[in-house]
Amino acid sequence: MNNPLVENYFRVDKLPHIWCPGCGHGIIMSAIARAIEKSGLDKDKVCIVSGIGCSSRAPGYMDFNTLHTTHGRALAFATGVKLANPELEVIVIAGDGDLSAIGGNHLIHAARRNINLTTICFNNNIYGMTGGQYSPTTATGDKGTTAPYGNIDRPFDITQLAAGAGATYAAKATVYHVNQLQKYIEAAIGHKGFSMVEAVSVCPTYYGRKNKKGSAVDMMNWLKDSFVDMKIAEKMPEKAVGKFVMGEYVNKVEPEYTELYDQVIERLKG
Amino acid sequence: MAVSKDDLMVHIKEEWCKGCGICIAYCPKKVLGFNEHGKVSMLDRDNCIKCGMCEMRCPDFAIFLGGKENV
Repeated sequence: MNNPLVENYFRVDKLPHIWCPGCGHGIIMSAIARAIEKSGLDKDKVCIVSGIGCSSRAPGYMDFNTLHTTHGRALAFATGVKLANPELEVIVIAGDGDLSAIGGNHLIHAARRNINLTTICFNNNIYGMTGGQYSPTTATGDKGTTAPYGNIDRPFDITQLAAGAGATYAAKATVYHVNQLQKYIEAAIGHKGFSMVEAVSVCPTYYGRKNKKGSAVDMMNWLKDSFVDMKIAEKMPEKAVGKFVMGEYVNKVEPEYTELYDQVIERLKG
Repeated sequence: MAVSKDDLMVHIKEEWCKGCGICIAYCPKKVLGFNEHGKVSMLDRDNCIKCGMCEMRCPDFAIFLGGKENV
């Protein structure tokens, strides 16, 4: 006996997944499946694309058209899929390192083009699969296997990065605030143009152990206490002091890339 | 069609549970706990309000709110 959501949207023979106990990625994957269900999309019209990393294993478990590509290049492959088949709902799953380091160039240009892709960033602030190297989102001072004395880099805010590069929908929520996360993923799927949802995850195995953050529950509690909703932050700025702000950073309408491309074809047909 | 909460119950798929304890920590009615194998267990079904938050935050699809006929 299984959850009907699992029966409908997952490859049950591939479950349970290999993610560690308490890894937030399963929570995000389940939120994506629920958001797809709520959006009423035809399974055969959804294509899920990923690169390399812990998060990028998700399409292996999800029962849609799926594409597991090379490190950082999920958005490049997804751009090709979308241009060839604009009727597909293309959802990209990428980790923070995959999306903002190895594939950082693809991220900014997909956002700049405003191509109708939905990107979900599974941000666990570390390279988990390869053993806990620090990533572009590891907080300054935090430790990784490649930063045993503390990271001296400044971290990226991936939501702001996507917004700055031209994404027309950019939102952030955490695996603790899962209702909000699912709502943003639904909005991103419904949005026409480049949309990105940064799902702040937890990595108890590497990030947690390296930085003595405690158990998965302790890390979830930290998310609960450290993130404040944008609406609250705007009304009561004193509540947002020293905290991260989550919410919809950008939600606007701009010309969409595949439509502009079709217009060129129509125009040249004469 | 809206499903009545009376027709729903929490189901546990113990073989998929990795014992992270997230559902137990955030159950608003504290009706969940660990069993002797370190997996999630329903301790107090009568007080479960069937909110489904355990399912939403379970990373492993090991607990969910489903129809009673699924038993």
